[in-house]
Amino acid sequence: MTSSPLLYALAGAALFVMGAVGVILHAHLVRKVLAFNVMGSGTFLVLVGLAQRAGAIDHVPHAMVLTGIVVSVAATALALALSRRLLNMTGVMELPHEGER
Amino acid sequence: MTDPLAWLVVLPLLWGSVAFMTGPVHGAALGLVGLTLQLALAVAVSQQLAGGIEFQAIGGWAAPLGIEFALDGLSASMLLLTQLVALPLAIYARPYFALHPQGGDYFWPLLGYLTAALNALFLAGDIFNLYVTLELLGLASVGLVASGGGSAALAAAIRYLFVTLLGSGAYLLGVALLYGAYGTVSLRMLTPLLGVDAPNAAVLAAGLILAGLLLKTALLPFHFWLPPAHGGAPAPVSALLSGLVVKASFYLTWRFWTALPASLAAPVAAQLLGLLGTAAILWGSIMALRQARLKMLVAYSTVAQIGYLFLLFPLLTQSAPAVAETASRAMLLQVFAHGLAKAAMFAAAGAVAVAAGHDTIRDLRGMAARLPITLFAFGLAGVTLMGLPPSAGFLAKWLLIDSALSAGLWPLTVVLILGGLLTAAYVFKVLRQAFLQAEQAVTCLPLPRTLEWTALFLALASVGLGIHPGYLPGLANWR
Repeated sequence: MTSSPLLYALAGAALFVMGAVGVILHAHLVRKVLAFNVMGSGTFLVLVGLAQRAGAIDHVPHAMVLTGIVVSVAATALALALSRRLLNMTGVMELPHEGER
Repeated sequence: MTDPLAWLVVLPLLWGSVAFMTGPVHGAALGLVGLTLQLALAVAVSQQLAGGIEFQAIGGWAAPLGIEFALDGLSASMLLLTQLVALPLAIYARPYFALHPQGGDYFWPLLGYLTAALNALFLAGDIFNLYVTLELLGLASVGLVASGGGSAALAAAIRYLFVTLLGSGAYLLGVALLYGAYGTVSLRMLTPLLGVDAPNAAVLAAGLILAGLLLKTALLPFHFWLPPAHGGAPAPVSALLSGLVVKASFYLTWRFWTALPASLAAPVAAQLLGLLGTAAILWGSIMALRQARLKMLVAYSTVAQIGYLFLLFPLLTQSAPAVAETASRAMLLQVFAHGLAKAAMFAAAGAVAVAAGHDTIRDLRGMAARLPITLFAFGLAGVTLMGLPPSAGFLAKWLLIDSALSAGLWPLTVVLILGGLLTAAYVFKVLRQAFLQAEQAVTCLPLPRTLEWTALFLALASVGLGIHPGYLPGLANWR
């Protein structure tokens, strides 16, 4: 039987990897944003798992998770606003392929 | 109440927020006043440093629970660089946005947040606070890039945003793992703990943090987002991004490298960074030579110059302490030289684009006769980047070559010299075109004097620093 913190840590790591791969591979911008949020959730799960390792609950990781959530919300808002503006300008919800590299 | 460290962070946040509410006209005045005060504070802080390393707990709550500011020679130098580059660029930006209103509406608040983030980043004493400042820096930079308008700049900004978020995400997971392994996020407390055997979690954490920071510093192969973002933004924004923002994540890599030695500073990692740096120098310079647009050339030049910065790591890890010390001083000088010179180069490129109405290098014939000061500034900045005496770039390269030879790493010497030659090639590409006789009459819009003279000031500063490097607070005290 796996202990609860280990479960959180593994789930968090899995979500992080899935989210990171999603940010890189998805072409649709909203999916990229969602993948970024999944990635963030993965990190927060790892932190929450860390908080309950020793018998008494450690509140410092909780504070870090809250800060992280606030930062993610701001970043998501910016990403969505910029994507919406790109959609209005170009009609496509994807980043244009680079012409020159 | 008069504590300069806290004011360096709070003041730009204040004037940035007020600038957002009052609009660009008053925002510009606020920004200029604020930045002047910040420069005075940064100079005061460097004087204060003579008393040794300083730690300051915000609100009286000490580590491990409180947020701590830590000041040492490197932090003070970076603070000075930030203010020294931001103030002339703010002076430059006012007439620039008067001529090109696109992007000027939100430039001032975003500049306030950018400098606040940079100051907080250089002062932060714990790794979680660094995450917050990194995010603030990333969001402010993305906003600045997107403010340029147009779908190309917008696409570049979105790409930059995702890359920076990916980087911060990896960094945060690294912080989480480090906290899990050691129970503290304060750098001061972590440094002695990581001396000996690092558990696997710490090595993984170090790898994640390094990957995140490399994404943000645009080291090859993570450089793909930089040229469109820096090339497509308004000139003052490009100057700020190339001159300051990429230096922030490099500073963090350096800081982690020295603070967390056992897990991060493996010789393999150092050699990998050295190789990537070499590849960046070569690739960036070759791509710069191939560009048709002036701003894209300067942006690819940034990619190449970032490679120089990462040559530090082989010199830190694979050499005697005295050599590592020299290499560190040399790299600090290089950071200053590049920050000032690249800002000058983008400022000059922006001035040329304003006057000529276009950005194409081929059509720059006859510009030297019309815009002598601007081209002189560009040339001087090029001198620093090439590493010609008596500029700071020359002194930095000289010391780096010296360190490389002392450490027995002669391939680095070859790379440094080759990089200088390639830089000369693309700088001369631009200067040659500008000095050619124009076939037909060159139409040139009248250029506000401020644009030229701030570019020249930045370029002269980068050259003058080579003559008087003693102005730098230096690395006297290291935490």
